[in-house]
Parts: sequence; C-alpha cells; structure tokens
Amino acid sequence: MISKTIHLLEIKDLRGYYRGIFGVVRAVDGVSLTADCGEVVGIVGESGCGKSTLAQLCSGSPSPLLHYESGKILVNGVDIYKIDPEVFRTEVKCQIMSYIPQASMDSLNPVKRVRDFIMDVMIERTGQKLSKSEVFKTAGDHLEKLGLDRGVLDRYPHELSGGMKQRVVIGISTLFHPKLLTIDEPTSALDVTTQKLVIKSLVNLKKAGIIESLLFISHDITVLGQLCDRCAVMYGGKIVEVDTMDDTLNNPLHPYTQALISSVVSYDPEKMVKGGLKSIPGAPPDLRDPPPACRFHPRCEYAMDICQTKEPPLEAVKDGSEVACWLY
Amino acid sequence: METILHCENLTKIFISGLIRTKPIVAVKNVTLDMKKGEIIALVGQSGSGKTTVAKMILRLIKPTSGQIIFNGKNALSYDKREYYRRIQAIVQDPYSAYNPFYKVDRVLEEVFNLYENNPSPDERKKIIHSTLERIGINPEEILGRYPHQLSGGQLQRLLIARPLIINSELVVADEATSMLDASTRAGILNLLLSLKENERISVLFITHDIAQAQYISDRVLMMQNGEVIEQGPSDRVFIHPSNPYTKELFDSVPQLRKKWKF
Repeated sequence: MISKTIHLLEIKDLRGYYRGIFGVVRAVDGVSLTADCGEVVGIVGESGCGKSTLAQLCSGSPSPLLHYESGKILVNGVDIYKIDPEVFRTEVKCQIMSYIPQASMDSLNPVKRVRDFIMDVMIERTGQKLSKSEVFKTAGDHLEKLGLDRGVLDRYPHELSGGMKQRVVIGISTLFHPKLLTIDEPTSALDVTTQKLVIKSLVNLKKAGIIESLLFISHDITVLGQLCDRCAVMYGGKIVEVDTMDDTLNNPLHPYTQALISSVVSYDPEKMVKGGLKSIPGAPPDLRDPPPACRFHPRCEYAMDICQTKEPPLEAVKDGSEVACWLY
Repeated sequence: METILHCENLTKIFISGLIRTKPIVAVKNVTLDMKKGEIIALVGQSGSGKTTVAKMILRLIKPTSGQIIFNGKNALSYDKREYYRRIQAIVQDPYSAYNPFYKVDRVLEEVFNLYENNPSPDERKKIIHSTLERIGINPEEILGRYPHQLSGGQLQRLLIARPLIINSELVVADEATSMLDASTRAGILNLLLSLKENERISVLFITHDIAQAQYISDRVLMMQNGEVIEQGPSDRVFIHPSNPYTKELFDSVPQLRKKWKF
C-alpha cells in the first residue's frame, strides 16, 4: 500500500507563458495547488490574472501560443505532461479529468442534433461501434440527472437556451464519469436564474457521484461562495491565497483578497447598502513585465520595503490557510 | 422635485421574418417618470427590452407608439444637437466606444461641437482639465494617450466625464459596468453616485445585475418580456418584492455570505 495520500490533482510550481510577437506573457508563473477527492475548489481573480490559463494548462492541451514551461501537474499521481500523449488522450482525458473551456456552450455543432453529437463523442472516445439505442438511453439518463428533459437529445443547438446548452456541454464532458471536472466561467454569459440552475446541476453531479471533484473558475466570488469548499485567489499569474471558502469570504488575509471582497457588490435582501464599496487604485499588472517581487505591491496599502525586493512564498499561516504575503 | 424625463406608454414593435410578417414586441407600454438628480435602475434579464427603452430615450430608434417628454417638451421636437447636449449615454464596452486611431482627448473635445458657440481651444482644455480633476482623474496621466494604452476602467471614467463637461442633465448608462472587473466596477458605481450627489445629474442605470442596481438606485423598474412588472423605491422593491417573478429572480441572486440550499 502507498502510505502517502495521493491528491486527485496536484499542481507544483507550474509555469505557462504565452510566446508570440508581443513578447513573453507570464500568465501562470509558479502556481501550486492541490485538489482532493470530493472537494470543490474555486479559483477567483480578475481578468488577466491567469486563471483561465491555469485551467488550460490543467486540461493538458493548451492553446497554440500558450507554452508549458516547467512544473508538474499530477492527476491521480500521473504527470500529464510526461506521459505518452496517446495514453493521455484515451485514458486520462474524459475518463479521469475533463475540461470545459470558457464559452463552450457555443461549441456544439449547429448542424447536428445533440444525440448525434453525443454519438460522435462516444465513438471517438471508446473506439468501438456502439448500438445507438444503448448510447441514447445512457445519454438520456445522464442528461436527466442534470435536470434536462430527455427530449433535448433530439434538438438542434439553436433550439436550446443558453442554460440548456451549457448543461448539455456539462453532460457531454461528464459522460465517462471523470473524477475531476475543470470548468471555466460556466455561468458568465447566463442570467441569474439560469446561473442558479447550472450551479445546481453541477452540485447534483457531484452528489450523484458522477464527478468527485470540481475545479471551478470564475471572476465572481459570490458565485464561488455558493458551491466551493476551498478557494484560491489569483493575482498577476500567482496564487496569493488559498483558504476555505468561508474563511476567504469572512476572514481574508492577503491585502488583495481583502480589497477584492470589499469591492464586490452583493445583493442583500434584508437591508439597503449605500456606499461603502472600495475600488482598488491602479491597474492590474502587465504580465509581459510584471512588477518585481510581490506583484501586488504597487497597489497594496500595506506595502513594505521587503515587498519590492523579495517575493513572498505561499506558506501556511494557520490551519488550512495559505497566504503569500510578508505581513504574515 | 421637477420631472426631467417622462415616458408615456412607450411601445416598440420590431417587424422581422422572411416577408416581414413576424412582429416582435420588444417594449410594451412602458411608463416611467424620472426626477432631477435621481438614479433609476432598469433591471431585467437578457431580452427583456431594457436596451430598447434606452435606445428610444436616446432617439436612436423611433418608438412605435408612445411619447417621450424631456423637460416638458417632446423629445422628438428638440434639435438633435441640443438634445444630445442634455442627454448623454455611457455604453457597455468602453473599448469599442473609442476610435483606436485617435487619442482619447478627441472623445472629450468632440462634445464641444454640441454647443452652438464653440468655446476656444484654450477654454476647452481648461474645462476638460478641471472636469477630469473633479472626478478624480489625473489629466496628465490620461490625456494624449491612445485607447489601447488605458485600462477599461479609465476609459469608462472618461466617458462619464463627457456629460460633466457639457453639463448634461441625464445620463443613460447601459450596462456601463458589466464589462469591468469587480475592483474597477466599484469605482465607477461610486463615481455615478457622486454625480448624483454633487452635480444633480439623473442617471438611468440599465443593468441585469441586481446587486449593482440595489447599490446605486433610488428607484427601480423591473422588466420582463418588454413590460414593466414592478416598480417603486429601491428600499421597498429590493427588500419586499411583490411580483412573483421579481421574487424568484431575487432568490437566484448569489449573496456574498449566504449559501444556497441545494
């Protein structure tokens, strides 16, 4: 028996840069994160902080300009950048981990019915000839777990609403019961009521045991708060704080997290809140030429001398909380 | 308080379809009353007709029926230049509101053309500088730059400076903060609030985000399928909604420190 517990997802000092005529963009620069079985981990940050890049790197097939530089991504103990790509494609993708990119609800084939699309996916993934009726039955059952009607299978994508399309996409990527589902901004283009339905179906998937863990990426910390157990806050290509969701919301440690939370507009059904929101002065760093040492120091109100010269490591400060700041 | 804008039974029907046979009722009998120095939030999900209302108020499309009375006069009877001097719009995407080939100064200087007698270039510069300083922008940092050199929040602030430069009375902000990050969004919302407090500018704030509407508005109109289904003072509507759809909508809004029960 292996005595050391294996994390479902373990990211170690991961670096991924965009290389093009515009120079080198250090979008993910030394990120470490773990996700265990049964955990919902959220990644939050503002636009350009590298959260989608991190998700792409985790998917194992980054877009052409994005280059995996160094570090490790271990899924179930297997380094996905070391193993044979063919093994990775057939045995890891969809079976152990699945990735739903941003705006993926528009990726359904417009001239194919949902059922034919699913058929294609099944044949491509299993490499076997499957009986249509059997596939449609399992697919129908699967979509019902997501709160969709079986009739969706016979529809074309344009006949479905945004929320339904998003759930169909979630359904397709979880057909093979992956242990880990990475999902990037699934609700950003949706209305609040559909957003709630999509999140509900994700939670149901986990309850039904179809997926074990979820890596949920969003810019909206109020949405993350609804379903995440743990939350990682990203800023300028680095993780600045990892904590339980409740602690992140109620007791943020890193100055950036504090500022982020005090700038979030939240609906309160009990009383009217007027004023009191604070914006963060300055602009997010240009990741082609990020500020030295702590990347938040030009905008930080607690900045000290050491912040400009030495980079703070992401260290545990109290039980479960990790923060990259010299204040702690 | 004096009424600045009054919309009476505003209706817009778009005709579409292959042989123009399919009418789409985008806005139906919307009546709204806006006082000077008031922020009204127009809230609804996508496709509820919010933007169509804004476009009609901005005279970008003609209403099928109904009237828009601005400062006691029918909006359509105004001279276009005068109308746009008094009503200004802020749009969702600050990046597409600027011409990438010109410096951002142009956007600010263009508004002077709405005056009958143009101020001299020196005067213009002075007005622009003082206005920018008033809303907390350092003119040195921004003027003379191109749009791509500035962040979304800075560009949006410059658009908000426009109505201030020409002393507009009403600002129509159509999803003005939807594309911004949380930290910049808070700044823009506070800026709009200060416009109301300090300059008594009325703002028609159109949004799908209930949290933002609650934060900023004095009065709120909830729209669904082109109709106003509930309206009233914000402290009533947001705390005690009466319409079932409004209630359902508010229930789905994620709250910062309260978890949904699944």
